[in-house]
Amino acid sequence: MCSLPVPREPLRRVAVTGGTHGNEMSGVYLARHWLRAPAELQRPSFSTMPVLANPEATAACRRYVGRDLNRTFTSSFLTARPTPEDPYEVTRARELNQLLGPKASGLAFDFVVDLHNTTANMGTCLIADSAHNVFAMHLCRHLQLQSPELPCPVFLYQLPGEESYSIDSVAKNGMALELGPQPQGVLRADLFLRMKSLVGKALDFIELFNQGTAFPAFEMDAYRTVSRVDFPRTEDGDLAGTVHPELQDRDFQPLRTGAPMFQLFSGKTVLYEGEATVYPIFINEAAYYEKGIALIQTEKFTFPVPALPPLSPDP
Amino acid sequence: MTSRHVAEEPIKKVAIFGGTHGNELTGVFLVKHWLEDGAEIQRAGLEVKPFITNPRAVKKCSRYIDCDLNRVFDFENLGKNRSEDLPYEVRRAQEINHLFGPKDSEDSYDIIFDLHNTTSNMGCTLILEDSKNDFLIQMFHYIKTCLAPLPCYIYLIEHPSLKYATTRSIARYPVGIEVGPQPQGVLRADILDQMRKMIKHALDFIHHFNEGKEFPSCAIEVYKIMEKVDYPRNESGEIAAFIHPNLQDQDWKPLDPGAPVFLTLDGKTITLDGDCTVYPVFVNEAAYYEKKEAFAKTTKLTLNAKRICSSSH
Repeated sequence: MCSLPVPREPLRRVAVTGGTHGNEMSGVYLARHWLRAPAELQRPSFSTMPVLANPEATAACRRYVGRDLNRTFTSSFLTARPTPEDPYEVTRARELNQLLGPKASGLAFDFVVDLHNTTANMGTCLIADSAHNVFAMHLCRHLQLQSPELPCPVFLYQLPGEESYSIDSVAKNGMALELGPQPQGVLRADLFLRMKSLVGKALDFIELFNQGTAFPAFEMDAYRTVSRVDFPRTEDGDLAGTVHPELQDRDFQPLRTGAPMFQLFSGKTVLYEGEATVYPIFINEAAYYEKGIALIQTEKFTFPVPALPPLSPDP
Repeated sequence: MTSRHVAEEPIKKVAIFGGTHGNELTGVFLVKHWLEDGAEIQRAGLEVKPFITNPRAVKKCSRYIDCDLNRVFDFENLGKNRSEDLPYEVRRAQEINHLFGPKDSEDSYDIIFDLHNTTSNMGCTLILEDSKNDFLIQMFHYIKTCLAPLPCYIYLIEHPSLKYATTRSIARYPVGIEVGPQPQGVLRADILDQMRKMIKHALDFIHHFNEGKEFPSCAIEVYKIMEKVDYPRNESGEIAAFIHPNLQDQDWKPLDPGAPVFLTLDGKTITLDGDCTVYPVFVNEAAYYEKKEAFAKTTKLTLNAKRICSSSH
């Protein structure tokens, strides 16, 4: 397995981004809070910059104003010549690329933690690009070990050969926290406090790494995308039903052949007809209706993560 | 000896409104479904009309386009001269008043059910605007009895300043139906089934009433609005505290003086002041952040309704 190179220098420049989607309130309020109280984010070996990623969408309490910011960090958007017709998020992505990047350059931030909420019952989901990202896998492992009472499933989102498009991809490395269920536009105390604590633990991990801690090899369980499934639709493209009550809220639980998937308004049930057991996630996420996604089918897999060698002490 | 009772005209015209708020999807999709196939909402001798009230907000999946449709059915807005400068929802309110009203006239629809969702943990809720309405108290009593053991709560919004000019208020009998918790822009099958049952029982009640069935005097427990409570705010008006974990999801449960209500962003607890137990509703409703309402305090009381029967029998 080819792994991404692990850092050989301490991570000095770290950012925490909230409000990448303006109606996902845990990150919005944490970013605002840390902009007022930045000391909470500092560690002896590095400093962390809080960023309110999409201020216009946050002010409007919407996911985005012009287009989804978290799908806009591709080279075509970042390098195209700016025009007055650019959607707000394209302009903002270029600003963030200047602030946290430039993407794929030596000047980019060392690590970005991006904060999200979902209306789906995803609990505490840790999102990274791929199993090859050894540093991020160790960080996820650290969060799991530090929160034994809390299941923290790891979702690896990147499809083979796909260009990265998310905000953390402008930094050298990064990950996202996805906490739910929380309605859009609602700030729940439990999720706010949990996210705050997780970010603190992520920064503690970076501090441990910077101080020369070694992390042993381990086996990681994770989920990766198999396919995306749309809602049942009428001829006009309108919804003909919704997620079946027996599947609703069962993110990360196995879905087997013949199990109910959708309930039509007519009363009929649509069954899962695939042969392989899948693990649906983002079940009935509000923001994905417009993307034509009722849920994402994932497969669960286990892979070895090599040891993270300690940084050599300063001469 | 016969008990006092109210003889009422039979019900002729009923409307079911969905999409008054475009991102409250249960009503939107129930009404769209009934526009395609309305067999389940038809009752003999009764006109039942499903209707999408705010189609532009539905298309955009937002609560409203210019202003909240469910606050503009007052005579000032309904009487404004039509012009392009009017907010979309005020123009739309005038159209709806023309189709289903006019408000407070002989021609208006008898009953309007308006279907809503909340992000709060309110379960099945019926909203009553007038504590002396025997017919609706009887109807709500019937729905509650049919839904049991599933709880169904009754929220009375009768108040000199806090009552608002609802879309349904153009009917003689306005009925708000509010089911949660459901995030905005999400359609949950369990919530949909509950709302569908509430409408079924309501239409059955009307049918029985029109058929001449007598409903003996009854009493129901209601929660009457006392006041709205805003979030604590900092000097620039931003929210400085959120609903305390102990209060989150505790709609309809007693909240005693001294109990935690808010938690500030830096971890301090704020408790309920005053000296009486209240019953909070609309706790942490997404749409009310902009209305400066973290929750509403209610008080519990009992309403009595006289025996009713249709005057045609």
